[in-house]
Order: sequence, then C-alpha cells, then structure tokens
Amino acid sequence: MSVVGTLRSPARLSKRNRDRIGSGLYHLIVVSSCFLMIYPILWMFASSLKGPSEIWTRLSSLIPKVPTFENYVNGWAGFGGITFAVFFKNSLFFATVATIGAVASSACVAYAFAKIRFVGRGFWFTVMLLTLMLPVQVLLIPQYIVFSKLNWINTFRPLLIPRFFGNAFFIFLMMQFIRGLPNELDEAAEIDGCSKIGIFFRIVLPLIKPALITAAIFSFYWTWEDFLTPLIYLNEPRLYTISLAIRSFSDPSSTTDWGAIFAMSSLSLVPVFVIFIAFQRYLVQGISTTGLKG
Amino acid sequence: MSDTTREWLLRKARGKARPVLKRRSRITRQNNLMGYLFLSPWLIGFFIFTLLPIVASLVLAFTEYDIFSPPTWVALDNFRKMLFQDNRYWRSVRATFYYVFTAVPLRLLVALGVAMLLNRGRRLVGVYRAAYYAPSIVGGSVAIAVMWRQIFGVDGLVNYALGALRIPGVNWLGDPRTAIWTLITLAAWQFGSPMLIFLAGLKQIPVELYESASIDGAGGWAKFVGITLPMLTPVILFNLVMQIIAGFMAFTQAYLVTAGRPLDTTNFYALYLYLRAFETHEMGYSSAMAWVLLLVIAFFTALVFRSSSYWVYYESGRVEE
Repeated sequence: MSVVGTLRSPARLSKRNRDRIGSGLYHLIVVSSCFLMIYPILWMFASSLKGPSEIWTRLSSLIPKVPTFENYVNGWAGFGGITFAVFFKNSLFFATVATIGAVASSACVAYAFAKIRFVGRGFWFTVMLLTLMLPVQVLLIPQYIVFSKLNWINTFRPLLIPRFFGNAFFIFLMMQFIRGLPNELDEAAEIDGCSKIGIFFRIVLPLIKPALITAAIFSFYWTWEDFLTPLIYLNEPRLYTISLAIRSFSDPSSTTDWGAIFAMSSLSLVPVFVIFIAFQRYLVQGISTTGLKG
Repeated sequence: MSDTTREWLLRKARGKARPVLKRRSRITRQNNLMGYLFLSPWLIGFFIFTLLPIVASLVLAFTEYDIFSPPTWVALDNFRKMLFQDNRYWRSVRATFYYVFTAVPLRLLVALGVAMLLNRGRRLVGVYRAAYYAPSIVGGSVAIAVMWRQIFGVDGLVNYALGALRIPGVNWLGDPRTAIWTLITLAAWQFGSPMLIFLAGLKQIPVELYESASIDGAGGWAKFVGITLPMLTPVILFNLVMQIIAGFMAFTQAYLVTAGRPLDTTNFYALYLYLRAFETHEMGYSSAMAWVLLLVIAFFTALVFRSSSYWVYYESGRVEE
C-alpha cells in the first residue's frame, strides 16, 4: 500500500498544480469578462459623480478625482418647474398598483388552472399560452382608440386597469408552484369542510409565497422600466414616469447636460439593483423554471 | 359543514345511499362554478383586452381611420399600399430581419458560451452569474438606452478609447453601416435570461453520460457535440422561439438610441408601426401592419416548431431522423 502511495504521489502533485493553474486561468477569464460586462453601468455611476470638466477629460475613468453631487442637484431640479420627485412618485405609484393587481389576479387564475377540474380547463389554458405569442402592437391600437374615446388619455387608468386581469407569465409561474403542492393537503381541508375559497386563501397563498415574490419582482421591473405604454398614454410632464422624464431630459434636439442625465439615470436604476441584490435567488429560480424574460 | 357532507348525512339517515353518479355530478358542477370564479379575472380580461382588440384591429386593417373622423372602408388598399408603394415599409422589414437574424443567434451563442463557462460548479459561480445577469435586468430601461447613445456618440466612450489607441473615431450612430450594430451589441449584451435557462438545462444532463463518454475516451469537444448539444436542444428550441418573438417586436431601444436613423436603417417594424399609428394617426394602416407582423411571427414560430422534429432530441427515444 505504501508502495502504491509513493508511486502515485508525484503524478498527483503535478495534476494538482495543473488544476491550480487551470483554475486560476478560469477565474481570470471569468472575472475580466464580468468586468467588461458591468463596466458600462459602473462607468455611468462614476460619471454621474464627476464635475463638468472631468466628465469629458477623464471620460473612461471609473473613479472620479473630485466626487461631486452637483449633477444630482442639477438633475433633480427636472424641467418645466417639475422636479424628479414628481417623476419618481409617478413611477412608484404606477409600479406598486400595477404589481398588486397583476400578482393578486394571477394567483387566482393560477389556482383555478392548477387545482380545480372544470369544463374547458385545457382549452382556456391553450388559449392563454397562445396569447404569449401575440405582438402587443395588434392590441395596442384598438385599446388606444377605446381609451381615448373614454377620455382616459393623461390618466393612469389605461396603464393600470389592464394589469388587473392576470398576466400569462405569472399565471404559468405560479401554476408550477401550486401543482407542486400535495393534493392530500387540499383534499384534507375539503373533508374538514373548507371551501375552495378557503383553501385558496388559507393553504395555497401562504405556501406559494416564493412564487408571489418572484412575480412581484418581475412585475415591478417591467412596470418601472415600461416605456411604450406611458409614452402613448401620458403626454403631460406632471404625469411623466421616470422613463419618460429621462427621455425628455436627454432630448438630442436641445443641449444635453450629460452629467445630470447620468445622475438621474443612475438614480432610476437604484431600486432595480437593490431588489436584484436582495432577491437574486427568486429571480434566478423564476427564470430557470419558467423561462420568464428578465 | 359543507352542503355535500350534509347531503351525505341525510342520505345515510334515510338509510339508502343515492346513486354515486348524482353526487359526482354535483361536485363537478360546483367545481365548474369555482373554476370559472377563479378564472374570471383572466377570462374577462381576455375578452375585453385581447379578443375584442384582435377582432377590432382586423376590421380596422381594411379601413382608413384617424380617430377623429369615422373610419371609411377601403378594402385591401392598406395592404396594397404597404406592399407595393411604401418604400419605408420595406426598409423597416429589411432592418427588422437583419436585426432578428443577427442579434438572436449572437445573443444565444454568448448565452450558451457563458452558461458552459459557469456550469463547471466552481466557487464564486453565484457572484459571476449575478454580474453576467446584471445588464439584462436594466437593459430594457430608458437609462441604459440613453447611456448607449452616449457610449457610441461622436465624442462618446468608444471613440475616446479608440483615440487612446490612435485610431480615428467613427460616427457609429450616423453611419448607415454601423448604426444597427450599436443596437445588436446592446441586444447581445443582455444575454442574461437565455443564459440562466441554458444553465438550468445543463444541470439536468445526467453526469453518468459524461462519465461513460470519458471511459470511452471522448475529449471535451466530442462530449460537447455528442452529449451537451443534443441534450440541450429542447432548451435551445425554447430560447430560440422566445427570442425570435421578442426580436420582431423590438421597439424601445431603437426608438431611444437611433430613432430609426440613419436612412431608416434602424427603423424597426415596431418603431415604424408606432410612428404611423401615434404620430401620423393612421390607425387603419398601422393595424394592417400589425396584422402582417402577427402573421410573420406566427409563420416563423411554426417554422421553428416544424423543423424541431429534425433537430430537437427528446430523451424518450423519439430521436431525429
């Protein structure tokens, strides 16, 4: 046995060395490509802290020589007498209400598809999956016509109301979770005299909390970053969401204050990154199990 | 006590169980009631916000309508104009196809490559995965689009870096040959979602396959071609379909980074449709465009699914010919 040991050890050592070099090379490649990936984002944050001259003279640097919040002060003042406080408030309102509506309605529908046997279940499920392939443009124009006839342009109603009727992606995501719950659980509850409504609120909802959180994060992201719907329905600056405000702010036809734009752009991404860092696990799980687009 | 239980007790008291069939049908009726109750948010939304608009836009496609005055029936005029008279339309079709057929494969290739790199199960994978995914989480936002415009601007970051290497700058956004590539790189940069889906797919491949291949003396490339790729084809199919659909609908970044310029080389279909609908208020014409888009997407989705029987490998043994 000792002979085998002595015979083996030199070979093993060199293999270990080779592994160590390989692993070092691997980490070097991955770290440098990671850096290249997030460099533009870091660069924007850094630029937002640079003074008016430094932003051009030391364009590519990631560390401002003299960090200043001047850009943030200038940017926050907004335009047309409306500050970014208003735009942030609008975006927050839009994202919060839309998320509550989308998650609550999707949970109901997911429960129906996953646990209740009713006539036409398969048919409606297929229809729902088909709607995923529908280009929004087909729906947008008739919806716009109806909403404008209702005089809902320049209100948040066209942005919020359609989100209270379930989202196919979220329904699909929650279904996966609800299907995973053992049938014995709701059968036992039913024998104890619990109605379907009771089962949904007391058993299903508490158990699918991870799916609810995942759906809420995605819904928040999609509404926070939404551009097309606010662009179509909100024309008054006092109603602008953060996306529309940054767009107007950076209008190429006027002289652009890149420092202030970068400052407000960075600020608009702060909630996104905070949620990303705090809930990364839920996001990864959500995308991996359902293929949600991020 | 629920109704069903009470009825059952009553039946017992009568000393005679009623036919089981009756009871079962009662449960189904209740299931139907509850099923449609819980389904109702989606079902109502489907009729009001999906089905009705689809039908309406199909009808509108055969009319001329500017919202302010009532629509007039023009039969196939919109389609005729679109296909035979509108040069901008064909430029937008060209730009969209160019974009879909470059950005989608590029994004999937990068996603697969990075997923392979991260699938080695080494330390820090969680951190790396987060870093690669970060651009995708913000990529659709206006903030990033505006930043991208600066990066590729005449005195932007890219030209600054080229200047440091003594290479003359390029007017990336103004040159018809390069403008679309700023959008393609922006799309390729956001490979996060397909990467995560590929990673999940790679984790599903049984380790035993690789082990027995190693015993047979297969190298890294042989294992990739012989095991990884075939086992991954269902995931590739899924990613391909989702990305093609998203690619045809690309709007926000083209609107913000290049605004369709120069010479309409980045005037994507969805962008041109938006201009026709919401800036010149040609609701009939743009509805016709939307329907053509719907048919094109349906055609390509069907094509990919049809072709899948030749290249997608299903474990059950129903292998490609």
